[in-house]
Amino acid sequence: MTAKILPKHAMQGWIETLREHYRIIGPKPAQSQYVFGDIHSADDLDLSYPTSILPPKKVLLPQREDLFRFDSMGDTPIVEPTFDDEPTVILGIHACDMHSIALLDRVFEKGTTDQHYQTRRENTTLVSLECTTSCSEFSFCKSMGTLSVPENFDLHMTDLGDEYLLEIGSKKGENLLRGFNEVREATDADFERLNKVMSEKWSHFTYRLDFDVTELPALLSLSYDSKVWEELGDRCLACGACNIVCPTCYCFDVRDEVDFSLRSGGRFRVWDSCQLDRFAIVAGGHDFRDTRAARQRHRFFRKGKYLTDQYGVVGCVGCGRCAQACLVHISPVDTFNELHRRRVPSAAAQEEALA
Amino acid sequence: MTNEMQMTLEAPSIYQPIMLSILEITPMTDLEKVFKIGLPHPMSQDHKPGQFMQISVLGVGEAPISISSSPSRSKNSFEICVRRVGALTNALHALSPGDVVGVRGPFGRGFPIERFRGKDILFAPGGLGLAPLRSVINEVLDDRSNYGRIIILYGARQPKEMLFRDELQEWATREDVELHLTVDEADEKWKGNVGVITTLFSKIQVSPRNTVAITCGPPVMYRFVLMELLGMGIPEGNIWLSLERRMKCGVGKCGHCQMDHIYVCQDGPAFSYAEIRHLEEAL
Ligand SMILES: Cc1cc2nc3c(=O)[nH]c(=O)nc-3n(C[C@H](O)[C@H](O)[C@H](O)COP(=O)(O)OP(=O)(O)OC[C@H]3O[C@@H](n4cnc5c(N)ncnc54)[C@H](O)[C@@H]3O)c2cc1C
Ligand code: SF4
Ligand code: SF4
Ligand code: FES
Repeated sequence: MTAKILPKHAMQGWIETLREHYRIIGPKPAQSQYVFGDIHSADDLDLSYPTSILPPKKVLLPQREDLFRFDSMGDTPIVEPTFDDEPTVILGIHACDMHSIALLDRVFEKGTTDQHYQTRRENTTLVSLECTTSCSEFSFCKSMGTLSVPENFDLHMTDLGDEYLLEIGSKKGENLLRGFNEVREATDADFERLNKVMSEKWSHFTYRLDFDVTELPALLSLSYDSKVWEELGDRCLACGACNIVCPTCYCFDVRDEVDFSLRSGGRFRVWDSCQLDRFAIVAGGHDFRDTRAARQRHRFFRKGKYLTDQYGVVGCVGCGRCAQACLVHISPVDTFNELHRRRVPSAAAQEEALA
Repeated sequence: MTNEMQMTLEAPSIYQPIMLSILEITPMTDLEKVFKIGLPHPMSQDHKPGQFMQISVLGVGEAPISISSSPSRSKNSFEICVRRVGALTNALHALSPGDVVGVRGPFGRGFPIERFRGKDILFAPGGLGLAPLRSVINEVLDDRSNYGRIIILYGARQPKEMLFRDELQEWATREDVELHLTVDEADEKWKGNVGVITTLFSKIQVSPRNTVAITCGPPVMYRFVLMELLGMGIPEGNIWLSLERRMKCGVGKCGHCQMDHIYVCQDGPAFSYAEIRHLEEAL
């Protein structure tokens, strides 16, 4: 492994160097929470952030994004696609969010490549951050198998106290350190410190799922007709907050706009939510998921089964953001555990009897 | 399709339409018009009947619309039949020949007609479902000797809502096509069958193992038609449907068309009943 050591006091210098070539996005405080936003100096950045309201998904797949602009002033309309290729660094991404980016990469690059996503992704360098303590009472990454950072990082940081150890994952990551001479090679002693952090971190996280995550797709298959969905449907307000804050939700709507001239304008996409009642409606008024229960079921099936079936990776990375955002306390862990409890009453009873 | 059409897939953006001129507009009913859209280069015959295009009017929006002309007849142009129901479809209806529309596609998986050769084919379109099935019907009729019987059962709500009446007329006079029509509500002039489409099934006899059935219509229709087809003994793998879902991208990204774990815009809209029977959200 190639690794470097960055003293924390050199952070400001690093950010200044990076800013010459990149837009920098990182976690920073906003009101009493944290958001991923523009970082102009080390003072803006708070890498000890617990979790962010919105995941860094918002950088790769902005809430609203132009697909093309058009101008129909002349005889033949001119359609000009728009791409964002600004070199960008996202600093301090937690492991769960890195897993979600791995999923987004598959979604937007599988089959027909989405060049808008691809362009932005290719020009984005991902700097992940080792999670050493649980970030929120709602998170359950350990249960979902997403507590370890996946291989898709360009640079990976681990906090060693007054220094960061930087693991280089790619050429892009290496480039971030070019022309910056306040880092040094990591030594054996540094790796020992790293190992200590790594071995101690696990006990700071708890398993919250009552069963192994690999059983989740099968559990859901058996739970299609569960009463749980109706119970969730009765509680759900259909506000869509759970989709908006979720790092693995990527569904979008496509809309047009026209300038005041009425001859030019654009087509853009905006995040959409499968919990809203119009998501699956077609002309003629037929709604393919016409109850909140059906929409809740769809959401949890996507998270626990469909995305895994389609892309071979877990569809919920256990960040807990949806549970935190939900006014009526609907949470994936509780839902999955409840399905499991009802699925295996005899086994649970047996365990209880034995205890 | 190759040439110009395929360029949309190689365009800088998969969401970028190419702008094509409307050659002809033929009103069909109060609600439907057929648009013939010109292609700058001859379109080859490798689009599949049952595929759809994303049609747009800049500044208004975009919608999935089936290609209604058959590959055999889509050379320098293709046809779509559009019912006006909302923003985009009304904007289309307001256009005139010579105006341009945005086109992306063709998208989706159509009907695998090469597998239907030698078989009897039973078409059961309801209402606007004739628009996509017309593409298959004409494709098969243009290669008539390679198929067995051709039976068409078409139902509309009222006689005045029947689509493609010229072609219905033509099919009615052909010896090698068995056409049966029905309407839910008759008017004074209607002499044919009255009742929903399923009332036509008793009028025909098929040899089920050698028959392929293809149906498309409003969502409520499928269950009833399927019951008839299965009741006749047509194997599940020989029953084909075209499913409608809300679609925003056509390329498996936006999530709107999802049915269980499947994206209808990619894996469909044409499916055999055997493929979707076990899917909870299909019918
Ligand atoms: C594969 C496929 C093939 C198709 N082929 C054809 C075809 O050949 N011909 C054809 O005419 N149609 C076809 N359709 C249907 C066509 O795509 C729709 O009619 C079209 O999308 C309507 O778009 P619009 O902008 O005109 O209507 P919209 O403005 O989107 O409105 C359509 C209707 O839905 C309702 N609606 C729309 N959005 C909402 C919402 N957010 N909440 C509640 N209600 C809403 C509206 O009230 C209106 O009644 C096909 C669809 C699919 C999926
Ligand atoms: S956040 Fe909660 S209330 Fe809102 S749509 Fe999601 S589950 Fe329903
Ligand atoms: S479903 Fe909830 S916990 Fe899972 S990834 Fe999405 S926001 Fe995080
Ligand atoms: S229409 Fe967007 S995923 Fe199918």
